[in-house]
Amino acid sequence: MVSRKTFWATAAGLAGAVAVARRARTDEPAPDPVNRWLTVTVNRAPGDVQADKLPAPLQEYGERIETRIVPAPGDRGTELAVRFREAPSAAEQSVTARITGNDPRQDLRVALREAKSLLETGEVMRPDEPTAHPTTPGGKLVGLLSRRAGGEGVL
Amino acid sequence: MKALIWEGVNKLAVEQVPDPVLRNDQDIVVRVIAGTTCGSDLHLIGGYIPFMQSGDVIGHEFLGEVVETGAGVRRHAVGDRVVVCSFVGCGRCWYCANDLWSLCDNTNTNPGIGQALFGYDTGGIFGYSHAMGGLRGSHAEYVRVPFADYGAFPVPEGIDDTSALFVSDSVPTGWMGADLAGVKPGDVVAVWGCGAVGQMAARAAILKGAERVISIDRFPERLAMTERYVGSEVIDYTATDVGAELRERTGGRGPDVCIEAVGMEAHSDSPVHVYDQVKQQLRLQTDRPTAVRQAIHACRKGGTVFVLGVFAGAVDKFPLGAVVNKGLTVRGAQMHGQRYIPMLLDRMAAGELSTSHLATHTVSLDEAPRAYDMFKQKTDGCVRAVIRPDA
Ligand SMILES: NC(=O)c1ccc[n+]([C@@H]2O[C@H](COP(=O)([O-])OP(=O)(O)OC[C@H]3O[C@@H](n4cnc5c(N)ncnc54)[C@H](O)[C@@H]3O)[C@@H](O)[C@H]2O)c1
Ligand SMILES: [Zn+2]
Ligand SMILES: [Zn+2]
Repeated sequence: MVSRKTFWATAAGLAGAVAVARRARTDEPAPDPVNRWLTVTVNRAPGDVQADKLPAPLQEYGERIETRIVPAPGDRGTELAVRFREAPSAAEQSVTARITGNDPRQDLRVALREAKSLLETGEVMRPDEPTAHPTTPGGKLVGLLSRRAGGEGVL
Repeated sequence: MKALIWEGVNKLAVEQVPDPVLRNDQDIVVRVIAGTTCGSDLHLIGGYIPFMQSGDVIGHEFLGEVVETGAGVRRHAVGDRVVVCSFVGCGRCWYCANDLWSLCDNTNTNPGIGQALFGYDTGGIFGYSHAMGGLRGSHAEYVRVPFADYGAFPVPEGIDDTSALFVSDSVPTGWMGADLAGVKPGDVVAVWGCGAVGQMAARAAILKGAERVISIDRFPERLAMTERYVGSEVIDYTATDVGAELRERTGGRGPDVCIEAVGMEAHSDSPVHVYDQVKQQLRLQTDRPTAVRQAIHACRKGGTVFVLGVFAGAVDKFPLGAVVNKGLTVRGAQMHGQRYIPMLLDRMAAGELSTSHLATHTVSLDEAPRAYDMFKQKTDGCVRAVIRPDA
């Protein structure tokens, strides 16, 4: 068992690290009401990225998403963007939905990231089988953060 | 198998964990022959990078023998002796294709943490917290190496295990500092830190033709080692005013290039150090940038400062005024090892680079917690402890 003190020290550590990073940013944007495109740049020629031949993680969305593919500037490859045809509801986009992992865009982001990796490398790197035994609350917090970390992001 | 695990802040232990397995076609599994303690591990062990879970295996600088290859592996066969780059690069994203391997887009399986901290996620690295992908570390009997065709390199026969080991991380890190800082013939280069990374940065600067290289630390044995094996001049920063000493040795100009190889736990005797420690403990800043501040101040007008030391978050009292008004170029990076490792192995085979002096201690996995303690406290003249699972 781990003391509450250790828990709070770890929690403060995690929150602190993120908070310091946040404070370093100038302005925190308000939640975005528009149905914004989620975008990645794939290091492949535009001809190699085709809407009807997208990797499985995106194919699975079928008609629920729309796709936009444009050449990236310079030598940067191809910009691949997706979004739901029907924008998620306000509730689905809420902070609570995001924290609990229920904002559907989180899964779509994961699929987009995986599609990029498949197009570039032919595989999606899987994490190692964990050796951690996070019995401590602090460790569990990192675990929670890591699980969310697969889905959250700047896309 | 046995592995060295992080149990909590300043608590390491050797435990049994399940053997690693191939998880992707482009993976190999390596039997670890030797690994080493790195200054970066100290930041994890001390809790300065708070994204560890109890039970995580640490270690990222290593050499081993290939024991299993995935179906998609082309360049390796069972039995090969390989040195493995500490950062994992996929080899085909835009960053890898442009030789910026530690920025790989496809090797961090927990990208959200890096995105929250830095704006974008970095590549993955072995045994370096869940912010950097959560991969298992190499202080174990076996380790899985993803994208092995790009990150594992055969070691030429003439190079012994201990020498080749450091080509995994500290040698390419040091080389990158001198290279990306643009060191060229005629330059005067100052290097903060005489650990393995600083020593290798100084050696790289010499091989790139620098006219004078001056290394700064406080441990007499490290200073002596740097003078003797690297061929650099040295300054003991506790015995003199570093800025004044550098001005005197550079005709009043200041060094053209300043390389910082100290990191977020920098030491100092000045009152500002107490301020830094308090702020770090209150989480008002995550890192102590003592040597970075000094390097920026000492650098000549229009010069370059390269930060090799690891920093995780935000720092206080960053001398932005000096950066702007002196027209400095300030740059940093985690190591893009794949860019340099083959060239470094060649130089080693040609006798231009020696590393074996860094291995001041050799221990078994069971003794690794004690070795880390010695490395952290810098006792018994420890510069690097080599951990051999078969010892
Ligand atoms: N950028 C990368 O990819 C990369 C790779 C490996 C290591 N690193 C980082 O490089 C740094 C050094 O690693 P190492 O293995 O050589 O560690 P180390 O602990 O062996 O060496 C650090 C040295 O810095 C000295 N030092 C402390 N405060 C100083 C000061 N104010 N001025 C001058 N010297 C000072 C210490 O006495 C010590 O000798 C660490 O921060 C590590 O995380 C970065
Ligand atoms: Zn390292
Ligand atoms: Zn890559």
